[in-house]
Amino acid sequence: MDYLTIIQILDSMLRLSAPLIFACLAGLFSERSGIFDIGLEGKMLASAFFSAAMAAATGSVWLGLMAGLTASMILAAIHGVASITFQGNQLISGVAINFLASGMTALIGQNWFRLGGRTPSLSGDSRFLPIDFPFTESIGKIPIVGPIYSDLLSGHTILVYIALITVPVTWWLLFRTRFGLRLRAVGENPEAVDTGGVSVSFLRYRAVLICGLLCGLGGAYLATGMAAGFIRDMTAGKGFIALAALIFAKWRPGYALYACLLFGLLEAIAIRYQNITIEGFGTIPVQFMQALPYILTIVILAGLVGKAIPPKAGGEPYIKER
Amino acid sequence: MMTSTEQHDRAAPMIELRGITKSFGSVQANKNIHLKVSKGSIHGIVGENGAGKSTLMSILYGFYKSDSGEIYINGELTNITDSHKAIEAGIGMVHQHFKLVENFTVLENVILGTENNFLITPALNNARVLLSKLASAYSLEVNPDALIEDLSVGHQQRVEILKALYRQADILILDEPTGVLTPAEANHLFDILKNLSNEGKTIILITHKLREIMAVTDTVSVMRRGEMTTTLQTSETNPQELAELMVGRSVLLRVEKEATEVGAKSLEVENLTVTDKRGVTTLKSISFHVRKGEILGIAGVAGNGQTELLEALGGITPAAGRMKINGEEIPLNGVGSDARSKRENGVSHVPEDRQKLGLILDFFAWENIAFGYHHKDEFNMNRFLMHNQKIRKIARSEMVKFDIRPPSPGTLAKNFSGGNQQKIVLARELEQNPKVLIVGQPTRGVDIGAIEFIHQKIIDLRNMGAAILLVSVELDEIFSLSDRVAVLFDGKIIGERITEKTNESELGLLMAGIEDDSETDSLVTRKATE
Amino acid sequence: MKSLPKGVDLVLIPLINLLLAFMISGLVVVYIGENPFRAMQIIIHGSLGSAYGLGYTLYYATNFIFTGLAVAVAFHARMFNIGGEGQAMVGALGTALVCLYIEWPHWIIAFPVAILAAALFGATWSAIPAYLQAKRGSHIVITTIMFNFIAYSLMVYLLVHILKPKGQMAPESAKFVAGSNLPTAHEIFGWFGMVFPKSPPLNITFLLAMLACFLIWLFIWRTRMGYAIRAFGWSETAAVYAGISPFRIIMVSMLVSGGLAGLMSINTVMGEAERLLIDSVQGAGFVGIAAALMGRSHPLGVFLAAVLFGVLYQGGAELEFEMPAVSREMIVVIQALVILFTGALENLVRVPIGKLFLKLNTKQN
Repeated sequence: MDYLTIIQILDSMLRLSAPLIFACLAGLFSERSGIFDIGLEGKMLASAFFSAAMAAATGSVWLGLMAGLTASMILAAIHGVASITFQGNQLISGVAINFLASGMTALIGQNWFRLGGRTPSLSGDSRFLPIDFPFTESIGKIPIVGPIYSDLLSGHTILVYIALITVPVTWWLLFRTRFGLRLRAVGENPEAVDTGGVSVSFLRYRAVLICGLLCGLGGAYLATGMAAGFIRDMTAGKGFIALAALIFAKWRPGYALYACLLFGLLEAIAIRYQNITIEGFGTIPVQFMQALPYILTIVILAGLVGKAIPPKAGGEPYIKER
Repeated sequence: MMTSTEQHDRAAPMIELRGITKSFGSVQANKNIHLKVSKGSIHGIVGENGAGKSTLMSILYGFYKSDSGEIYINGELTNITDSHKAIEAGIGMVHQHFKLVENFTVLENVILGTENNFLITPALNNARVLLSKLASAYSLEVNPDALIEDLSVGHQQRVEILKALYRQADILILDEPTGVLTPAEANHLFDILKNLSNEGKTIILITHKLREIMAVTDTVSVMRRGEMTTTLQTSETNPQELAELMVGRSVLLRVEKEATEVGAKSLEVENLTVTDKRGVTTLKSISFHVRKGEILGIAGVAGNGQTELLEALGGITPAAGRMKINGEEIPLNGVGSDARSKRENGVSHVPEDRQKLGLILDFFAWENIAFGYHHKDEFNMNRFLMHNQKIRKIARSEMVKFDIRPPSPGTLAKNFSGGNQQKIVLARELEQNPKVLIVGQPTRGVDIGAIEFIHQKIIDLRNMGAAILLVSVELDEIFSLSDRVAVLFDGKIIGERITEKTNESELGLLMAGIEDDSETDSLVTRKATE
Repeated sequence: MKSLPKGVDLVLIPLINLLLAFMISGLVVVYIGENPFRAMQIIIHGSLGSAYGLGYTLYYATNFIFTGLAVAVAFHARMFNIGGEGQAMVGALGTALVCLYIEWPHWIIAFPVAILAAALFGATWSAIPAYLQAKRGSHIVITTIMFNFIAYSLMVYLLVHILKPKGQMAPESAKFVAGSNLPTAHEIFGWFGMVFPKSPPLNITFLLAMLACFLIWLFIWRTRMGYAIRAFGWSETAAVYAGISPFRIIMVSMLVSGGLAGLMSINTVMGEAERLLIDSVQGAGFVGIAAALMGRSHPLGVFLAAVLFGVLYQGGAELEFEMPAVSREMIVVIQALVILFTGALENLVRVPIGKLFLKLNTKQN
């Protein structure tokens, strides 16, 4: 494995991590506010479809993005109504949202385009194109550092960079602002927030909608950035990998980035090498690489390495005591 | 000038409630309540559990909306629709169960909700300065950077008070503030409250402990069954009068109790030690015994190890030490220490909290009658199947015997009143003819008629030769039922008395942690000679 | 809070929820430009209007009964087993191993062995999440989701690398030995001299599913273990007070749940495909969630809900044929809405109905 191959794998890691980062941070906002969300997958899928469909229809990727965000946030709002206003079971609501997205996108997709659930292929202005940094030609020639600039950092779509920026922004929001303080508090002890004169419901709705927004970005990136169009169930478990990353990261933004990069790296390696043969050890099948994020999460959840403690009030609707 | 302000004060009390009424479904929690509290005073509100004190304060703090009635703050009609409005009106509340974020620092908790800026750093700095001022002014010292989960209960309560003061509260409501405090912490709290009232803060103290009312308040109101029956000057009343006003008739009749032959030691406990999940030792090597036909009362302020004692002996939490029933050792931890083994060895347990432990609220009454004893042959058809028909029949006869209303086994437990729920638990546990009964707060939240009935049933069981361990925070109950009393303080038995040879003030001293040297000496010598 | 009359709780509220789900689905059909009433007619006719349709309907229902019961049993212990999909997949592996490598003389011998294997494999797959929940407090929902994905990777690996016969392209196992083929409805009806169409895959497993409904009812409402499971589900603290071991309850309820999910593979793998395919479960594990919610975790309710989803699955296939604009995914949408209304938005209907009954009661008094 030479240096350029490593750079290429890392490059592909960045591309594959971006949707995970969006979805993972989305889950972070929601779960930090005390609303469990296993519907990240569904929201990403809805956004992927509607962003691609609208981009295909109008030729504008930005209009597509708007449509994707809207779809994702509508689903987030449904989750909010079910789990905040009607105090329903957040996990069941998440399951429902995943199916709703899976069924609706296929149904409407078939009805609109008659392509077996696909959208037409996107090109030009109807998808996000790679952004090339200035002077890649010349800087790229510098040994070691050059390729990092020209091949690894440069050449991604705008959404990848937004994903990376979202990490420190999330940290800052969470730990330096009033909104973040209250958000963290409401996920630990909503009564403290309520008796402090702050509305628990409003806070949680905002968190859930931010979750929808970020899932929307992740979904739009899948269909209009990474790929050139929507195909059925194209999220393929990314929402759940993001959930796994969130647990892996113990609900912290910085760790979330590392977890997503790690899972992205695993995927990049799996794609590039299929089955990895290690001398004197045997072959690691690609399926093992694909299952590794889930296995790692189980290990973390089992408390074998560290302990993942979710926000204390998570999963429970807030009901004022009598 | 002075006189005119005083007159103004008298004309417009700091808090005035007019005709507050609140119902939950068919239950009227507050009925047409009127109350005036003048500025700078400490006003006590007493009443039994369920009298409506907490509901009233929750309305004042905007947690609930009253069905009708008006609130005047400093003479102005104030519409308190939520906690935010209450804070704006200068009201602060220290809840019975603290509303703190456990993994936040003291500072973060103090500013939560009043950050006044999009960024939190200014508020944090501001709070740090103010906290150190308040600390010296009212002896409310607490480390501003400590996490709440690392603080003692007393310090956590200080944070609650600081939270209110940081919000510039002029009115401070404290709901049962001493329930979880040691006597020393409680006294410290009273000093703080007096300081605050001297500074012009108005304080409402909700409690059911008359000692506290007498010690710290200027005026006192009594609540009974949702109504505010009287308001008095504390200096012009006494605990007896308040107690009578609270229960609405002359204080609890003592149940007739003839002396019985006490038999051999039935329950023996040696060096019982309980350490909780946080590593705090809540019971510190306590030893006692109960003889056949004897009731040993465990008195003490709530939170001194009572719950842990019941749960250790009932097989709910593992403990260290030894436990013997009629001379036979029963493990307190590991294999064979669970609640089922305890029952199989003849230990029945009426828990402190019938709703969380004693009953499955969503089970029918008949299902609850077998609860915990569902392995017994009489409830089963064969190795696998339960005999539901038979359990129903047994339930019906027990319900009649214990005067449970309605006596219908097919009613869900949650649809019974508190007293009847308690009777279901008692019926189940007493009908097992236990060798040993451990019972916690048997009449908490139970109406007076049922109290006497329950007391009589416990006495009957004693007369039949069972050994009974009664844990209660109500001294009246201890005096009414027990033959001997042991006082729990800070996880230790601090003293032991024969009920007939002691009195409330002596036990009161023990409950406050003031040890009687001669008695401890004699206990030690007794042990040494054994 | 007084409880609602039983009939309202168990029948009226689920029916209203179902109606809401159908109404919204109907609006979707209108949006697509078709007549929802005609769509409904096609679904009902296609699924119940002929022995052929009924054969498919009950075949699907058999799957959903098993997965629905699986979710329901776990629900009674307040465990949300979202891993039915993975457990059924691994159960299918058990079934396949039994049917691939042993030369069965007659299905009647292979049947009980396969049942044991399917249940055992399914239960094994739920055992790890159950153990982690009971001993380490790892959230069962998350771990069972993860185990679904791990199961899928495992199946792909086994089929691609190990079970696939040499020289074959498709990642599926060899055909099972002939002696393990279960009698279909066509054959069973034939024994009694009656006629049933040949093509529907309905087979003897349906009877096993009905038996499972009865046994699970017996288990939950008549046995001591069932009593303990329900007690634990309502209140863990009270269960500990009563001497019920949480560890035991979590393990038993999840093992039974996983075993039931595994049994589904008897129907699909042994009864229908007669070989192990990569996706032998086809989402039935998730339909089980809807069936359990809809059926209020009662075996009879689960049975009825499973038949309802059978109707939708079979009718949906017919619908796609008759109304090409409305694809099969319509069923997934309906399923999602049923889960949403009966599970997550329960209070949307329950609270107003509760208030209505309180009013009616006070009027009577």
